[in-house]
Amino acid sequence: MAKEKKRKAAEEAVDGDDYIEREDKKPKKQKLILASQIKNKEKRSAVYAKLKHEKRVEKRKKIKARDAASKQALELGEEPPEKMVPRTIENTRELDETVCRPDDEELFAGNDADEFSAVLKQQTAPKVLITTCRFNSSRGPAFIKELLSVIPNAQYYKRGTYELKKIVEYAKNKEFTSIIVVHTNRREPDALLLIGLPDGPTAHFRLSNLVLRKDIKNHGNPTSHEPELVLNNFTTRLGHRVGRMIQSLFPQVPNFRGRRVVTFHNQRDFIFFRHHRYVFEVKEKKEGLKDKKSKASQGKTEKKAIARLQECGPRFTLKLVSLQHGTFDTKGGEFEWVHKADMDTSRRRFFI
Amino acid sequence: MQNDDVIWDVIRHHHCSYMAKIQTGNFCRNPYNVTGICNRSSCPLANSRYATIRDHDGIFYLYMKTIERAHMPNKLWERVKLPKNYMKALEIIDKHLEYWPKLLVHKIKQRLTKMTQYRIRMVKLSKKVREKIMTVPRKEVKRESRREEKALRAAQIENVIEKELLERLIKGVYPDICNYDEEIFNKLLDKNKVEEQEEEEEEEAEVEYVEGDYEIEEEEELEDIEDMGDFLKANNFDDIEGDEDDLEEQPAKKKAYVSYPLKQDDGTEKVRRKGKKVVVEVERDEDMGNRQHNAMSNCAHQKLRFWHVFGRISRFFSRQSYQFEGIFFFFFCFRFFLCRTMIDLWFYSQEMLQRDSLLL
Repeated sequence: MAKEKKRKAAEEAVDGDDYIEREDKKPKKQKLILASQIKNKEKRSAVYAKLKHEKRVEKRKKIKARDAASKQALELGEEPPEKMVPRTIENTRELDETVCRPDDEELFAGNDADEFSAVLKQQTAPKVLITTCRFNSSRGPAFIKELLSVIPNAQYYKRGTYELKKIVEYAKNKEFTSIIVVHTNRREPDALLLIGLPDGPTAHFRLSNLVLRKDIKNHGNPTSHEPELVLNNFTTRLGHRVGRMIQSLFPQVPNFRGRRVVTFHNQRDFIFFRHHRYVFEVKEKKEGLKDKKSKASQGKTEKKAIARLQECGPRFTLKLVSLQHGTFDTKGGEFEWVHKADMDTSRRRFFI
Repeated sequence: MQNDDVIWDVIRHHHCSYMAKIQTGNFCRNPYNVTGICNRSSCPLANSRYATIRDHDGIFYLYMKTIERAHMPNKLWERVKLPKNYMKALEIIDKHLEYWPKLLVHKIKQRLTKMTQYRIRMVKLSKKVREKIMTVPRKEVKRESRREEKALRAAQIENVIEKELLERLIKGVYPDICNYDEEIFNKLLDKNKVEEQEEEEEEEAEVEYVEGDYEIEEEEELEDIEDMGDFLKANNFDDIEGDEDDLEEQPAKKKAYVSYPLKQDDGTEKVRRKGKKVVVEVERDEDMGNRQHNAMSNCAHQKLRFWHVFGRISRFFSRQSYQFEGIFFFFFCFRFFLCRTMIDLWFYSQEMLQRDSLLL
């Protein structure tokens, strides 16, 4: 029905000057009808199914052709044709000038004069004070317990009604190297405030997706060996700074016998925290399962060296909200970086 | 002409839009009400001569209305500014409301008292540091959670971590991890290395930004480890570790990654099996002492040797045929050593056995 209507409309619209043109236009216009424009559900679904089937068949053909070509090339000993790389957000990330380069001397000089250099060069051992916001409830204490087990040499102090600035002073007197404040909102830990001491920067993170140890299936129990740190993808200058700040929470001498690894993985400005125990193993992999026809190649078993992980400890994600120079002072402090709403406009721009 | 009683009648028994009924009583929402309760004497509409105190920006004003101005709603309320001083304000109230009914004056003074009290409290509170609650629009909250999910999927965290750990193993960051069969591992890692090198050669042409694995970080850690590694070996003696490194089926091969001095298995196996020739082993160590940076203390040496021996013995007993005797040995030693280490050793030997049976 719709097709006929369109045809009539096409005929009426055209003047009739070029008879040939009209004829050409007809088939073209017929082909351009989208499946979604058909009002009849059965007909529409049939057309759509046909379309999808065609697409799938085409795709399979392409894949087969590609595989055949690469196999051929391998057999002939030539280079296989280039593998197509899918376009991802990471591939198409907006160019950032502040990305750290490995040959940047300024960066290294900056690192030396950093607030964290004392801890990172092992002149002082890290000592962490964990506290909460004024009203703490529900998952907060459980989360703090787990944090205490993750970060070695961490102590928990109840908040009371002290001002944060006073707490900072108190911690300085007792020679702590950093403070973590866990902020709770609506009975869930919501934000993490990381304050470096003596005049370290203050980083405000938003916490989300917290999964406690008891909620993880097949979780392991962490030991008290010093963990290994893995910090991934902290590429820009800001990321580098944040990475060093996180690094300064942990002791710089990991105890490899404990086989504990703590990971902070940055992906698109979200920092994922994971805590694992690992083991190196030999894994036997059977080859030749792809080709069901050739049974001869099924006898091969390739051994690979792999690392196996068992998750222990909490799992959460952090997102940097603001980084302030100096200890906690929202009114008078100088902010190095603040998240603003218009930073979110581009889907390909990330700051850490 | 106003008749207060009529007004009150109508208001009370029919409808007053200022009245709020709650469980405990009737309240008046009229801003000019002195007490806030819906009463015959407190209703500003039903009393033609009335006064209140209202607060504007921290300054109190005395408002008065008289029946002479009842026909001019615009100019109905007369306002007098009250000083911040409580006593002076009281005097001014007395002055203005001299001939007014005592009840009303009393209520006004009570109201003044209360208002000064809460003004003091407000000033105190504002000096304290309080948390400010900031709201985030729901759209942004949802957007963030969506992006987080996608980022999580794109991150493939476990794979990345495993790769990273393997890389570190290849680089040789781990001097003394115990529980893998070194031979096979080394072979496989060499294979992996070769594969990686091939890949790298292909990729050289591309421009690289500093990618996933943070190179500088690793270097720093490595630095630490190189210095610390030997230090650890010397001082933090984990006894079991020494055993387990040596508990291998195949005799005598130097391991590429571990520069642990006890590695030389060559002739010493038989000696150790016999058991207690501690003196001989110390001598051997001194041969290899050049490799170490720090000198080991003698007693630590001996302690390690002892565990070594013990490990050998228990392993010997763990073979299938000797299991029965092995159990006896186990319990014999149980009395002298820590429970935990024993169990560890036992399980390790079992593990080794299984692995042997798998490999052979």
